[in-house]
Amino acid sequence: MKPIIALSIGVLFGFGLTLAQMTNPLAVIGFLDITGKWDIRLAFVMCAALLITLVGYRILFSKLNKPLLSLKFRLPNKSNIDSQLIIGSIIFGVGWGLSGYCPGPAIAGITINPRESLIFILAMFVGVKAHHLSVEIQRKVKIAQ
Amino acid sequence: MVEVNSQVIVSALSGGVLIGLSAVLMMLLFGKIAGISGAFGQLITISKGSLKTAASSWQFYFLIGLALGGWLYSKAFGINFDMRENFSTSLLILSGILVGFGTQLGNGCTSGHGVCGIARLSIRSILATCLFMGSAIVTVYLVKL
Repeated sequence: MKPIIALSIGVLFGFGLTLAQMTNPLAVIGFLDITGKWDIRLAFVMCAALLITLVGYRILFSKLNKPLLSLKFRLPNKSNIDSQLIIGSIIFGVGWGLSGYCPGPAIAGITINPRESLIFILAMFVGVKAHHLSVEIQRKVKIAQ
Repeated sequence: MVEVNSQVIVSALSGGVLIGLSAVLMMLLFGKIAGISGAFGQLITISKGSLKTAASSWQFYFLIGLALGGWLYSKAFGINFDMRENFSTSLLILSGILVGFGTQLGNGCTSGHGVCGIARLSIRSILATCLFMGSAIVTVYLVKL
C-alpha cells in the first residue's frame, strides 16, 4: 500500500511541475534572467506551492501528533547555519543556472526531453556520489587523526 | 518582461497548488519533507546499485511517480513549449554534477528548501533559497555575456 501511495504523491508532484512549466528549462532560465526578458511565471508557481504547504503544515502540526502511515514526523533537525549549507547552496545555484534543471523537473521531464534529462540525471548521480565519497574520506581522515 | 496572460498565470498557480498539495500529503501520510534531492541521494545510499533494495524504499516509488506524473501530463495535454535543441552536452554534465554535489552538501534543493523548508519557516532553508536563487541568477547573467 505504502509504495502505491508514495508513487501517487510523486505523480501529483510531477504533474504539477509539468503543468507549471518547471520541466521547461527555457522557462526556468527566463525566470532567473531578471536583467533580460524576465519570465515571471515561476514566481506564481513558487508562491502558490509555498502558500499551500505553509497552511497545510500549520493545520497538520496543530491537529496531529503523528503522520497517518508512519510513527512520527521526521523533520530536518539541523538548525545552525554552517559553511556547508552556504557553499552547497551556492554550488547548486550555479548548476541550476547553467542548464535550467533542478532535481525534480529533471526527473519529471524524463519522457518530455529524454536526452537532456537522462544526461543531467546521470551527471547528478556522479555529483551525489562525489559528495558521499568526500564525506567518507573526511570521516576516515578524522579517525586516522 | 515576457508577456503574461491569464491562462499562463492560471496554469502556473494550479501547478504550484499541486506541488504544494503533494508536499502536504507527504507530511500528512509519511511525516516527511518532499525534497527531491534528499530522496534521490537517500535512494542512491540505500540501494547501493541493487534494484531489489531500491524497490523496497519509498524514495524509489516517489521518484518513479514523479517521472510518471510528467509523462501523464504530456499524454493528456501535450507539451506547450518549444523543446530546446542542441544544448551543449558538456554544459549539461557540468550542471548535473554541480546540482548533485551542491544539493547534498547544502541538504536540499528547490523543493526541500524552497518549498517545504520555507513553509516550516526554517532559517536555514530561507537562507539556502536566497543563496541558490542568487547564484543561479548571477550564473544566467554571466552565461549571457
